[in-house]
Amino acid sequence: MKKRWTLAHLEDRAMRTIMQLASLVLVGVLAAILVTIFIRGLPFLDLDLITKTPQGGFFLGGEGGILNAIVGSLLLAGGGTLLALFISLPIAFGINVYTGASRLASLLRMALDVLWGIPSLVYGAFGFTIMIAFGMRASLGAGILVLTLLQIPIMVRSMDEVMRMVPSELSQAAYSLGATRLEAAWSVLVRQALPGLVTAVLLAFGRGIGDAASVLFTAGFSDRIPTSLASPSASLPLAVFFQLGSPFPEVRGNGYATALVLTVLILFISMLSRFLARRLSRNVIR
Amino acid sequence: MQNTQDSKLHTQARRIRKDELAARNYRLAASFPLFLLLIMVVGFFLRTQPLLEHSSVWEILSGMQWRPSAGEFGLLTFISGTLSVTLLALLLAAPLCMLTSLFLVEYAKRRALTAILPAIDLLAGIPSVVYGVWGLLVIVPLVPQISSFVQPWLGSIPLFAANNPTGYSILSGGIVLAVMISPIIISVSIEVLRSVPDGLRHGSLALGATRWQTIKKVVLPRAMPGLIAAIVMGLSRAFGETLAVMMVVGNTPLIPRSIFDPGYPLTALIANNYGEMMSIPLYDSALMGAALLLLVIVIIFNLGAALVLIRANRRAQV
Repeated sequence: MKKRWTLAHLEDRAMRTIMQLASLVLVGVLAAILVTIFIRGLPFLDLDLITKTPQGGFFLGGEGGILNAIVGSLLLAGGGTLLALFISLPIAFGINVYTGASRLASLLRMALDVLWGIPSLVYGAFGFTIMIAFGMRASLGAGILVLTLLQIPIMVRSMDEVMRMVPSELSQAAYSLGATRLEAAWSVLVRQALPGLVTAVLLAFGRGIGDAASVLFTAGFSDRIPTSLASPSASLPLAVFFQLGSPFPEVRGNGYATALVLTVLILFISMLSRFLARRLSRNVIR
Repeated sequence: MQNTQDSKLHTQARRIRKDELAARNYRLAASFPLFLLLIMVVGFFLRTQPLLEHSSVWEILSGMQWRPSAGEFGLLTFISGTLSVTLLALLLAAPLCMLTSLFLVEYAKRRALTAILPAIDLLAGIPSVVYGVWGLLVIVPLVPQISSFVQPWLGSIPLFAANNPTGYSILSGGIVLAVMISPIIISVSIEVLRSVPDGLRHGSLALGATRWQTIKKVVLPRAMPGLIAAIVMGLSRAFGETLAVMMVVGNTPLIPRSIFDPGYPLTALIANNYGEMMSIPLYDSALMGAALLLLVIVIIFNLGAALVLIRANRRAQV
């Protein structure tokens, strides 16, 4: 039978072509970003850049590297993630295990969604106000605290989504064997949701490493690797930002290379999260 | 025998006590987000108070003059900067993202979707500063060429007038933001579209509808609230973005008339002036007011999206 071409078919074909074009443009642009960062950053990337701290006049085209920013970012995001984990897990339990499907739970989820949407600059400004109130200076510790606040909604909301996915029959089976809610939460829910929980933690870690506006005023910037929680700390995104503002081409080049380091770090975290999630999902009962 | 019975009861009581203690602590912890939100709003409001005693809300929101040393704190220039960049980003990103996610879910092969999904999630995690670097390297040099290309046709329309020889413009900011938020929008939209039951599609196709008719009449009405929520998520990211925009938008305190004009968003205002704000009275208060404005608008966006979702869910249940 010959296919009849109606207006509807033509419309379908036309929309399909438009969608294909839109997808191509978008995927092309997104791929082009990674290619641009690699092509422009790679020529400036050498061992010195990632193993040395800035020497005298680094921001005027002098010798040195960005080790201070790499270590600073890892400390800031690592500290923030650790603190946020200790706060987020109880919150996620509180919503999921002890509040249930009530109206309160959906109110709390809404509050978390709003918090997730708040610009990181606003968190930075908030942190800065608190710092001034307590007479603190820009420091690694203050940066970690602000990142913690920024990471909590991301972590809790992702953990919450995974915990909701766990079939309630599993917890009910534990209850029927006499387990309390606490025991069921730790031994059934956590184990069952573990791959998702790890993903949530690494997602928050990635956001913490990449965020600049929140640490701009709270962590400060320093050419030295921080020695204590009270000393200011550099971070990769801010290092990129400051180097790109320079009139010297070599310094801007280092900025491109720094952006490349940051991107590779994020890609690595993303892959690690995928790998761990697959590894850990072997313990999950389906 | 009696003894073991006793100790058993004892452990049981201890376990239950432990659970009740945990319930109290975890519930307390769960209220933390609400508490934090409240503290942030109240805190910013208190810090803005000195400015509000000095001039009215309307004066601040509609004032064009930003001269801290003269005691004038009009935010209109910066509000218009933020709005124009965000709006442009939304106009560019929303249609492209909707079309792309529809194509990936409704037309493309399952295998293509599962291959592309991790890449999209990965791009959503790329720091905004990297998008800023790309904007500086690619978009800013490109914009003057776009401008001179469209001048012969559109130059007489004020929206496209070329008064700015550099590429640091609203358009650059809009493009960078649009690209930055599209992985997020696509990722959420795909999730939403996939949650539409396949049975609905099959029913429509079995009645002889084309795929596009199915999308138009069956899939989109069902998925609309979720898609709106996805766009709002992207919108609030674009709205609050700081460094990526600051790098490409020009930071000139003028109300932009054309997409090729430079602008000065609220976020850039706060970030650029933080260091010196303590020296002039009310300056700090005005910047906190700008932060409060950002906070309030994001809260309104999110509550609006949540209401749309809740109403849609209620309708779906009936």
